[in-house]
Amino acid sequence: MSPTASGRRPRIVVVGHGMVGHRFVAAAVERGLTATHDVVVYGEERRVAYDRVALTSFFEVGADALSLLPSGVYDDPRVALHTETSVVGIDREARRVRLADGTTASYDELVLATGAAPFVPPVPGKDLDGCFVYRTIEDLEAIRDAAARPRADGSKARGIVIGGGLLGLEAANALVQLGVEAHVVEMAPRLMPVQLDGAAGATLVRHIEKLGVHVHCGVVSTEVLDDGTGRVAGLGLRDADALEAEIVVFSAGIRPRDALAREAGLAVAERGGILVDEQLRSTTDPHVWAIGECAAPAGRMYGLVAPGYTMAEIVADTLLGGTAGAFTGADMSTKLKLLGVDVASFGDAFATGPDALELVFADAVAGLYKKLVVGPAGPDADGNPREDAWVLLGGILVGDASSYGVLRPLVSSGMLLPENPEELILPESRGALQLGLPDEAVVCSCNNVTKGDLLAAVDVDGEHRCEDLGAVKACTSAGTTCGSCVTTVKGVIEDYFGEIGKAVDTSLCEHFPLTRQELFDVVAVHGYRSFTEIVEAHGTGRGCDICKPAVASVLASQTGGHVLEGEVGALQDTNDAYLANIQRNGTYSVVPRIAGGEITPEGLIVIGEVARDFGLYTKITGGQRIDLFGARMEELPLIWSRLVDAGFESGHAYGKSLRTVKSCVGSTWCRYGVQDSVQLAIDLELRYRGLRSPHKLKGGVSGCARECAEARSKDFGVIATEKGWNLYVGGNGGATPRHAQLLVGDVDTETLVRYLDRYLMYYVRTADRLQRTAPWIESLEGGLDRVREIVVEDSLGLGTELEAAMARHVEGYFDEWKATLEDPEKLSRFVSFVNAPGQPDPNITFTTERGQIKPVNLDEPVVLGTSIPVGAPR
Amino acid sequence: MSAVRAEGPTTTWLPVCTTDQLSRERGVAALVGGRAVALFRTYDDEWFALDNHCPFAHASVLARGIVGTRGDVPFVASPMLKQPFGLRDGVCLDDPSVRVPTYPVRVVAGVVEVGVGSP
Ligand SMILES: Cc1cc2nc3c(=O)[nH]c(=O)nc-3n(C[C@H](O)[C@H](O)[C@H](O)COP(=O)(O)OP(=O)(O)OC[C@H]3O[C@@H](n4cnc5c(N)ncnc54)[C@H](O)[C@@H]3O)c2cc1C
Repeated sequence: MSPTASGRRPRIVVVGHGMVGHRFVAAAVERGLTATHDVVVYGEERRVAYDRVALTSFFEVGADALSLLPSGVYDDPRVALHTETSVVGIDREARRVRLADGTTASYDELVLATGAAPFVPPVPGKDLDGCFVYRTIEDLEAIRDAAARPRADGSKARGIVIGGGLLGLEAANALVQLGVEAHVVEMAPRLMPVQLDGAAGATLVRHIEKLGVHVHCGVVSTEVLDDGTGRVAGLGLRDADALEAEIVVFSAGIRPRDALAREAGLAVAERGGILVDEQLRSTTDPHVWAIGECAAPAGRMYGLVAPGYTMAEIVADTLLGGTAGAFTGADMSTKLKLLGVDVASFGDAFATGPDALELVFADAVAGLYKKLVVGPAGPDADGNPREDAWVLLGGILVGDASSYGVLRPLVSSGMLLPENPEELILPESRGALQLGLPDEAVVCSCNNVTKGDLLAAVDVDGEHRCEDLGAVKACTSAGTTCGSCVTTVKGVIEDYFGEIGKAVDTSLCEHFPLTRQELFDVVAVHGYRSFTEIVEAHGTGRGCDICKPAVASVLASQTGGHVLEGEVGALQDTNDAYLANIQRNGTYSVVPRIAGGEITPEGLIVIGEVARDFGLYTKITGGQRIDLFGARMEELPLIWSRLVDAGFESGHAYGKSLRTVKSCVGSTWCRYGVQDSVQLAIDLELRYRGLRSPHKLKGGVSGCARECAEARSKDFGVIATEKGWNLYVGGNGGATPRHAQLLVGDVDTETLVRYLDRYLMYYVRTADRLQRTAPWIESLEGGLDRVREIVVEDSLGLGTELEAAMARHVEGYFDEWKATLEDPEKLSRFVSFVNAPGQPDPNITFTTERGQIKPVNLDEPVVLGTSIPVGAPR
Repeated sequence: MSAVRAEGPTTTWLPVCTTDQLSRERGVAALVGGRAVALFRTYDDEWFALDNHCPFAHASVLARGIVGTRGDVPFVASPMLKQPFGLRDGVCLDDPSVRVPTYPVRVVAGVVEVGVGSP
């Protein structure tokens, strides 16, 4: 632009020295606008521009570290910066601004960068001592001083943040850092209502509550309560008890600071903000520009810093004579770490587009919620419509936003999604790897290990030549701190070994390239109910004796229902398929539940009579019950109807599920006993009966430290103490005996049950197929300590979810055998021969030994001499 | 009518059940000419019959195994020790020296028939 008529250099006045105002000046200097123009900046704050985005780190790093202009002056004499100077009026006719001290300054071009101000709702008491907003360093200093003031009784101050949006949670984070008990009150039914949907909000709540922040959603504040001296005493709520607090922080949204512009007669947008065109020029006055949060291009304001920076660049460019710059909207994608929790929201996060579909992965156990919004791809290059081709429209990530870097650029890239797009959001998804993670990508952010570092560690010709995950971790430290990247590390290694033809296969079997946990996840994501659905979407072929029972177990854990219902019946291993244990000659053994090993004489008599009447071999088991051997398959319903009539139920000896909870006789009879171990064992056995798990589960309860129940050889063992119970986990007998390890000591019964619920459910959800608790615990990053963090300390915040899952199990329990007896369809499978149901299988024969039957195995099949009537009996 | 296998000139067809008596990917034992035969129906509604006797377990149990596929081969896993037997030829997929006898099966008007006699 040319010099003014008077011959002086044209002057640009900038109002506001915040993030965007600073960016504009920096651009003006860099691009050479100051070669022709003088720039005068007026900033109201005491400090020069600072990084408001990182405001919350002020307590940690101090003001200097946040400064965007640490020297306090621009390195260009044409720029004059005045802090603590407010502009209070604009005379557009005269092209002058008026300052607070009454002086004026002329301008040729006026750039307004006044930002936004927190919105304080007009509730009574909003101006009491103890009410704050959260926008400036001074606000934070004031909050810090208030937090340092102890209450009358000497205890710590308490704080309430009004507003559960992004900024409100930042404020809550600050309160937590100050050691203040923090509450967040949000009117909407969920946190971050602008960015997150309901489920994502709920996941976030779990994370945040475990950090000690109390979240109150769907709650309306009515007034700030006065303690009688003009200080905050709490917050009144509609339809809820008032919350007591000494600090209230308003964070109920922001409003553009457009008052100066309004008074000067400049057009403002309906919802606030100075109305500007695509070059950020006021629609009223061509010499006035607005950038940052005070601007409303096309009537809309942008509450993020990146669009503001774009605006600043465009104005600098336009003032230089450029014509290319135009602001046509901005990507409102957000990714942030709130209180240590990853949250990201990008693109069409609410699936508002016409054909948008949502794919959701939620793992409450891991505190993850991930949603992809996808839409049908447009026609191909030749204009032909495409079927089954999808593009990414947006998404939400809570708990783990590591894929944000891959996903966000996919939006509007037009790139077709891979065939199973959900793989992009499955935990530590291998999908993201398949998209081609570059070598410089940081896989382990705790220890700054890149994919290239991992590849160097496994390189067969390299110096380390690590053979497996363990070696790679030891060599590179990847995955050794928080452990969240271990799956990715494993994926990188496996991909590499796969490429060079070295076999490392974690697939369940040839039909599924998934581990059991991954299978559990895909079933949860898609809500599958049948094997066919699962194998068609994620596998090949028609399954086998490995994957089918695994699928059956996962379906049972997630959906309950009878294990012989419909198609699921065909997935069960023989034992589950006939609800009995197959023995060497093809007969079965029957084990009714005898909880805690306690049985009445009448019960014993019934079992004895049944055994006698059906000619069964009887033996006492290690789990304190009675096993009846030698039952032919077709006899099972007859045997069970006698047992069920007498009040017995399935003992699940046939299932990968809870077997028994063994007990000693306990304090009721034993002169050494300190607690009632029998009662607890019965309660626990009845609580967890029928729970389908990756492998069998056994428990034990001892009434004193003498440990007569051998509880420490069980998956969970409880030993009485004078004060309560000690809980041990991860024991087993068998080929590799393990002693259970102490998880927690001296807890009361209620706490014990709560921890057990969590422990068992976490095992059910995350263990591998046929992995008992001991190796499962070892496989976890951190081992027993990890279990303790999750179960006792609830560090993942999953406690409630795991307990709820167990509560559903307990509630949904029914006796499988009783239900089978009541269902002709299920009973119809208990026949020796489909065409001769009355004919016992001649291949089953017995001899006797020590007064009981003993099976005989035959080398050759028996052929019945007599001819059997054939036909199709119905 | 579904697949007919190894049908010889003197095959006698014995009806054993109706198709709706056996659901897909299940097995059931039938008594055919005095022998315990395991009858299977695959996901594609192919029908197969094997001797019910598992040569590894020495027990009459094959009908109670899990039915699946290995590659393109439909098979049943013995419920005892899980040895896989191909349904088409009865050969043990892990040990081809072991084979269980097979029988031809056909479906006529909804009735499943197993063939016996000289194959
Ligand atoms: C706690 C917090 C966390 C945030 N986190 C994020 C985030 O994660 N990501 C993100 O993109 N954005 C975030 N933001 C928003 C981001 O800080 C703003 O978008 C950005 O600061 C806008 O820049 P601005 O220059 O428009 O406004 P500001 O930075 O507010 O600057 C405006 C300046 O103008 C001054 N001023 C106003 N009126 C006058 C006047 N009449 N005379 C003189 N001076 C005046 C003000 O005092 C202020 O210093 C966050 C904001 C806060 C408060």
